[in-house]
Amino acid sequence: MTLDNKSNSGQLPTDPAEKPKLTRKDFLSGIEPRWCVGCGDYSTFNAVTRVFVNSGIAREKFALISGIGCSSRLPYYSNTYGFHTIHGRAPTVAMGLKIANPDLNVWVFTGDGDGLSIGGNHFIHLMRRNPNMKVVLFNNQIYGLTKGQTSPTSPLGVKTKSMPYGSIDRPMHPLTLALGAGATFVARVPDTDNDMLFQTLTAAQEHKGIAIVEVLINCVIFNDGVFAPFTDKATRPDTTVRLEAGKPLIFGAQSDRGIRMRDNRPEAVKIGEGGVSASDIIVHDPANPNSGYAFMLAEMGGAELPVPFGILRQTSEYVYQPAPGKPTPEGFAKVMQGSGAWMHEANGSIRSLEK
Amino acid sequence: MSELSVQDSRSSMNGNIGSKKTVKEIISSVVRFAGDSGDGMQLVGDQFTNTSAVAGDFFATLPDYPSEIRAPAGTVFGVSGFQVCIGGTEVYTPGDQYDVLMAMNPAALKVNLANMQKGGIVIVNEDAFIQKNIEKAGYTENPLEGAAASSVNLVKVAMSALTVKALEGSSLTAREADRCKNFFALGMLYWLYNRDLNYTMKWIEKKFLSKPSIMEANKKALMAGLAYAESHDAFTHSFKIAKSGVTPKPGVYRNISGNQAAALGMIAAAQKSGLKLFLGSYPITPATDIMHELAKHRDFCTVFQAEDEIAAIGATLGASFGGALALTTTSGPGFSLKSEFMNLAMIVELPMVIIDVQRAGPSTGLPTKTEQSDMFQALYGRHGESPLIVLASSSPKDCFDTAVEASRLALKYMTPVIVLSEGYLGNGSEVWRVPSLDELAPIPVKFRTDPVGFQPYSRNPETLARPWAIPGTPGLEHRLGGLEKEDGSGAVSHSPQNHEKMTKLRAEKVAKVVQDIPPTEVYGHANADILVLGWGSTAGVIKHTVRKLNQDGLKVACAHIRHINPLPSDLKPLLQKYKKVLIPENNMGQLWYRIRAEYLIDTERLNKIQGQPFRADEIEAKIRSILG
Repeated sequence: MTLDNKSNSGQLPTDPAEKPKLTRKDFLSGIEPRWCVGCGDYSTFNAVTRVFVNSGIAREKFALISGIGCSSRLPYYSNTYGFHTIHGRAPTVAMGLKIANPDLNVWVFTGDGDGLSIGGNHFIHLMRRNPNMKVVLFNNQIYGLTKGQTSPTSPLGVKTKSMPYGSIDRPMHPLTLALGAGATFVARVPDTDNDMLFQTLTAAQEHKGIAIVEVLINCVIFNDGVFAPFTDKATRPDTTVRLEAGKPLIFGAQSDRGIRMRDNRPEAVKIGEGGVSASDIIVHDPANPNSGYAFMLAEMGGAELPVPFGILRQTSEYVYQPAPGKPTPEGFAKVMQGSGAWMHEANGSIRSLEK
Repeated sequence: MSELSVQDSRSSMNGNIGSKKTVKEIISSVVRFAGDSGDGMQLVGDQFTNTSAVAGDFFATLPDYPSEIRAPAGTVFGVSGFQVCIGGTEVYTPGDQYDVLMAMNPAALKVNLANMQKGGIVIVNEDAFIQKNIEKAGYTENPLEGAAASSVNLVKVAMSALTVKALEGSSLTAREADRCKNFFALGMLYWLYNRDLNYTMKWIEKKFLSKPSIMEANKKALMAGLAYAESHDAFTHSFKIAKSGVTPKPGVYRNISGNQAAALGMIAAAQKSGLKLFLGSYPITPATDIMHELAKHRDFCTVFQAEDEIAAIGATLGASFGGALALTTTSGPGFSLKSEFMNLAMIVELPMVIIDVQRAGPSTGLPTKTEQSDMFQALYGRHGESPLIVLASSSPKDCFDTAVEASRLALKYMTPVIVLSEGYLGNGSEVWRVPSLDELAPIPVKFRTDPVGFQPYSRNPETLARPWAIPGTPGLEHRLGGLEKEDGSGAVSHSPQNHEKMTKLRAEKVAKVVQDIPPTEVYGHANADILVLGWGSTAGVIKHTVRKLNQDGLKVACAHIRHINPLPSDLKPLLQKYKKVLIPENNMGQLWYRIRAEYLIDTERLNKIQGQPFRADEIEAKIRSILG
């Protein structure tokens, strides 16, 4: 039970002859997932299990904890330990499990309603405590399992069953919330890019501390196509920017556009036009100690700026870890006696045990 | 209390050398310390109690403090009280009326005077009775001069001036010197009860080791108080507690509050079961002291201070999934917030102890005041069919035994157990014999490790408990959740027949706990006409009253139950034996209702919902009225 979670180092079992290498099939519970055909939850689940296989960590060392909602059904489909808890509260159960059993790889699966609305408080505190735990936030900007109500990430004005005249609630950015709460690994990926999902979730698994990965999920039934501008092959190069540590923020079909800072604001520019050179473009530094840079990335989007995909921030900070107890019989007697105790002797005399 | 037997006798064995004053031998005595929140009344109350304990007395205490941390000085709502009943024989309650009151200001007098025993001694700090304070307390004239205190022996002592005078020549400022007056007051009481100063002297030396001038001043003030009482004519006699002749069982003893006892009970249960203890909690009065106690002992408990009440129990459930002895503690509003997680813990059949230190509700209610009004919520406060084991503690020290019992049942039956404590028990304290680990019954726990034939919802035929297979165990990977599970396999199941079967199995499991309940004990008259049935903190006051009425020749007996759900199997036939059954409760009649619902037995009830425990005379009057 040490701070350094050995199983997170990606080492294979010491005796491969005894334990044959696991395949993805070993991580499937055998229960057929019951998500809608075409739902983004499938590709995410696929990537998660591939990350588990690739980690070389034994199956029993994983515990998947979820709340309530479509995404929260995921633990039932994985042949690991799992707990489908109650709405919004997965982080709380995950915390207790991780404290009781620090060697486990604890993953939390949640959605925009589960994690940000009813479970918003727990989400904040999970981020700020920074336990060595992973969170996958399935953001489809809608309540799916209750059949289509406004969620905390639904855009203003969008018509839903609960707000048929258009949402009057301003949406929140999941990642600025995570950053504000002190998250040490913050990433965003679309459900359509299997490689990016795999790479990002692998990086999350290897991160020491809390990792939050927002997956943009297409809800084919209640919010179909809401992320299409960022996932369609035709538009994606111009609407998104891939974040890679040490590389400039360049995007566009011709890779000729980039993000530079001007008047303390990010600006999309074309390299070679208006005196803009490649050296003007921001170079991505996820380890930037000032979280302002990551906030800027998290808020990018809209008509002017591309939406960033990849790891926005990854820093190394204090990881939550309670002191391991060392109970001894002598210690127990001392605890029970407390202060101010006295002794009744067999001969009827009394003496104070205060030193 | 002292009226039980008061004898006058000249004593040659007391410490009042050269004193011409009388020593009265008494069986027990109730002392109340009262002053502003900052006057140090809890501290001197503790010292007085422990000094009495070391002298071999029994005691029960009742700290009574306002919900504000430092309410405006001199006001009645800022009065902090500490009450203790000391006796030579077993003491069951902190007492009803005070034999001696130490009042540090007019507000303290105003709040407590009505509860004085006729002819009792009221010692006041005369220096605090200035016009401003008199008005703040709501008096129109100085109560020391009018008829207000005419029914008591009023002893006026200029405590502030005398303390400052005693400390002349020290390096303390006048203000600092004045703050030592609580020790001056304590010194007077030590004379009054013929106490040895040694215990408190040692305590002062240890406490103020790094502040020698304060240490010296407090010691001087203590001695000055004692010398003052000895030499001052207003103190006409002192008291000596008569020994009962009962020698306590040899061993280590201490003063313990209910909240401390609950914490230590959980630590003991963890040691006996070989599990790690986990507490998930959120600060709430009056339960927080359990967290404070456990947090001190980090070798024996991991404390998770959660972001809210829900997170506290959620983490507790997670720790239980992970194989810990999992505890969450709360009061009133927090208990409501935990309902949904109690349901999840119940349906996934994981062990957990939930300690609810009840306070006066509903809602925020009277946060620092006591009540017994959460029984219905513990029994019925969850959606769906959700029976849980419910236990109740009956005295501060019993909070230890109840915590051990709750842990044992939770682990044996793999289900959450609710413990109902009360603010009165949590804050109150009494003498406790510290048990050694060997004296406690073993709590066997076995994690499932064999993958052959493993089914998450297979059952132990005796207890119906399912196996505890903790994450990290190879080959036992399984999924839990709030969705109904198939018996045996634990697969999600929407089968109507399976749901009914599982609902009945979960209920049957809780019902099986009757096999663990010892026979209900009856105390009092062997051929009683009336049985007083109690639960929770009423145990002491009921027993005290029955003891007294038996001495008066009345045919009364009492019984007390710890197991609220399930109820003891012998309870119904027991109740049927008596012409009348009386149930006193600090609620509107929750056990009364339950007894009627379960057994169709109509009982008498006595209810007090004032945020205060029963007084013995209230129960006595009700019993006498029933007997006619």
